[in-house]
Amino acid sequence: MTDTGKTPYFLSERAQKLVRKRYAAERRFRFYGLAMIILALAFLAVLFYTIISQGISGFVVTNIRLPVTFTAEALGVEPGATAEDLKGVSGFKYTKLARRSLNDYLGIPKGDTEDERLSRGLLSNGVDVQLRKILVNDPTLLGSTVEVWLLAHGSVDPFVKGQISRDLPENRRLINDQQMAWLEKLEHDGRVDLRFNSNLFTEGASADPELAGVGVALLGSFFMMVLVVLLALPLGVGAALYLEEFAPKNRFTDLVEVNINNLAAVPSIVFGILGLAVFINYAHLPRSAPIVGGLVLTLMTLPTVIIATRAAIRAVPPSIKEAALGVGASKMQAVFHHVLPLAMPGILTGLIIGLAQAMGETAPLIMVGMVAAVFDFPGSPMDPATALPVQIYIWSGLPERGFVALTSAAIMILLAFLLTMNATAVILRKRFERRW
Amino acid sequence: MLKKTLIGLATIAAVGAAAPGAVYARDQIQIAGSSTVLPFATVVAEQFGKQTKHPAPVVESGGSSAGLKKFCEGVGPNYIDIADASRAIKDSEVKACHEAGVKGIIEVKFGYDGIVFASAVGHPNFKFTPKDIYLALAAEVPVNGKMVANPNKTWKDVNPAFPAQKITMYIPGEKHGTREVFEEKVLNTGCEEFDIIKKMDKDAQKKACMQIRKDGVAVDIDGDYTETLARIKSNPEGIGVFGLSFYEQNVDKIQVATVNGIKPNVETIGDGTYPVSRPLYFYVKKQHLGAIPGLKDYVTFFLSEDMIGDDGMLAEKGLIPAPEKQREQFRANWQAMKTID
Repeated sequence: MTDTGKTPYFLSERAQKLVRKRYAAERRFRFYGLAMIILALAFLAVLFYTIISQGISGFVVTNIRLPVTFTAEALGVEPGATAEDLKGVSGFKYTKLARRSLNDYLGIPKGDTEDERLSRGLLSNGVDVQLRKILVNDPTLLGSTVEVWLLAHGSVDPFVKGQISRDLPENRRLINDQQMAWLEKLEHDGRVDLRFNSNLFTEGASADPELAGVGVALLGSFFMMVLVVLLALPLGVGAALYLEEFAPKNRFTDLVEVNINNLAAVPSIVFGILGLAVFINYAHLPRSAPIVGGLVLTLMTLPTVIIATRAAIRAVPPSIKEAALGVGASKMQAVFHHVLPLAMPGILTGLIIGLAQAMGETAPLIMVGMVAAVFDFPGSPMDPATALPVQIYIWSGLPERGFVALTSAAIMILLAFLLTMNATAVILRKRFERRW
Repeated sequence: MLKKTLIGLATIAAVGAAAPGAVYARDQIQIAGSSTVLPFATVVAEQFGKQTKHPAPVVESGGSSAGLKKFCEGVGPNYIDIADASRAIKDSEVKACHEAGVKGIIEVKFGYDGIVFASAVGHPNFKFTPKDIYLALAAEVPVNGKMVANPNKTWKDVNPAFPAQKITMYIPGEKHGTREVFEEKVLNTGCEEFDIIKKMDKDAQKKACMQIRKDGVAVDIDGDYTETLARIKSNPEGIGVFGLSFYEQNVDKIQVATVNGIKPNVETIGDGTYPVSRPLYFYVKKQHLGAIPGLKDYVTFFLSEDMIGDDGMLAEKGLIPAPEKQREQFRANWQAMKTID
């Protein structure tokens, strides 16, 4: 520690200035990075806020509680009719019964046509299904009076939820002054309430927002995802294994590799056109069916799976394969017993990401007829169905106000599925991934 | 080893060969077409499924032209049975149908729809004539007896009675059947009021009437009316073209303009005094009538008073019911099964 009296270079003014400059550059870079991330998060927050604030009201729906008297006479059956008889009664009679109950409650006499026509606008078109279900479940109710929660009409719902102001003048409202007065009377008597919208999960398409649901779309998406897993996993992994481990490296395999990478970037609508030409027009598979949608999505997912699998296989150290070969395993044994199991977490991650992408796809489904209003549940992948993102797309274009909330609610359901799938991919990677 | 390889190859071959051979039978009706007709077709399909023994039909949307194209692709269970359209079928489309072996197209008219001009609530409301719209939107307009590139920037330039509000109009894109009605009933009617255009030969007249300016004043909307509504929300000075049913569901947000002094509503469109309305159609494949169960019942159900009548379910969704005489005519035409080709 001798002091020479001379300042070393690294303490000189010039060196200090350079150091400060380098630190400043680093600080600036860190700031830019952080700002980018905050900006991205802010956009995400706005997106989530708009979707959730609009969508949350789609999970509840306005119901009106009414005393309904199930008279055998009104339903046109014998007293003591069985559940089977009651099932066969036409929906029109149940609807009439519900309307009569409302009119009796509001004091609207029979035959007063204008008021009767107006009061119809308070009850949903689906009340017949509700009443039939109640009576079929318990036929002994025939002849007695029961308090029943009935769905309100879709044009009443936005007023109860406060989405449209009640102070608007009559000509700018969906329901007129008389209907509003009835609604307020029912509310005053505690007969109007927002209840859980179970139709959202159990029903298919409908022209009325209070009766529409994503049930058919969920089942259709499920069928397609199962098909994609069953086909894309073996085909994709097989192709990747062959290309990576067995195929000779020459111009032809280079060409194949370039084409696979290109396919991964082809717009999805192109796969839809292919699906229409091959699966429907040539193979005569049914239109609008999940089997065709699933096949099209498989084609779309295959390149993703192949690329992910090849990367996962390449990440397995060659020493493992060489050791297996060294103790006398055949090439196939080495690959299937040692390389593939070690590459599996990476392959599954790729598959799940491919699936999540396929699940959110609508464009290829337009061509194969799955962008459609489907009312009945599909019994098999050969029956018509639709898909979750398609349901969102269709609802977003419908005029009724109730569909605005339903659109956002369906987006929330889709996001929940996608988040679950991506989280599964992360967990798989975290738990099973091995580092060498 | 060889045996296993053979089994593997046989499986692949079987999957490839079995698919084309398996022609399946279809239970439910398949419909595609106009997004204007979609809400009505949805109501009928839903009720048909609920009230009859047949399964509910599947209704694809996508526009009149797309629907008619699918309709004319062929005959058999893989092809649709009904095309919804907000305009009449064109000769070229009938020709395409014939080339694909589709013979016997039955045209069914079922009601009317009005086209309205609407602006955001709280902004000036307009009293248009077709001439005003023509002068606002055409690529070239007559000024002092000569055709010049459209100089009009504000509504005041078009008609001194209007406020000095910048012209922006959101009109349906080319793929919508509504566009054709808009051109024919508004632009064409408007331009025929000028003698200079009347004197032109047919092609030049068509060009002068139908060509829309490309300087950003007229915006084509290829999406649904919800997109038009969103555009008006972000630019409240804009004026949008909507279907009457869409307007009725959104009366709290938009107000309609009168055309020739007539306010559009069920009465004025029903009796024809409001000038911008059009009939709605669907087209049925006669060759499918026996093959697809319930197809005949569906059309009969569609044309029943419970659906298209004055108090029917479609009126509630915004359909303008045809007068009673006409409705009877629609049903008689269907019973007669007269084809248009």
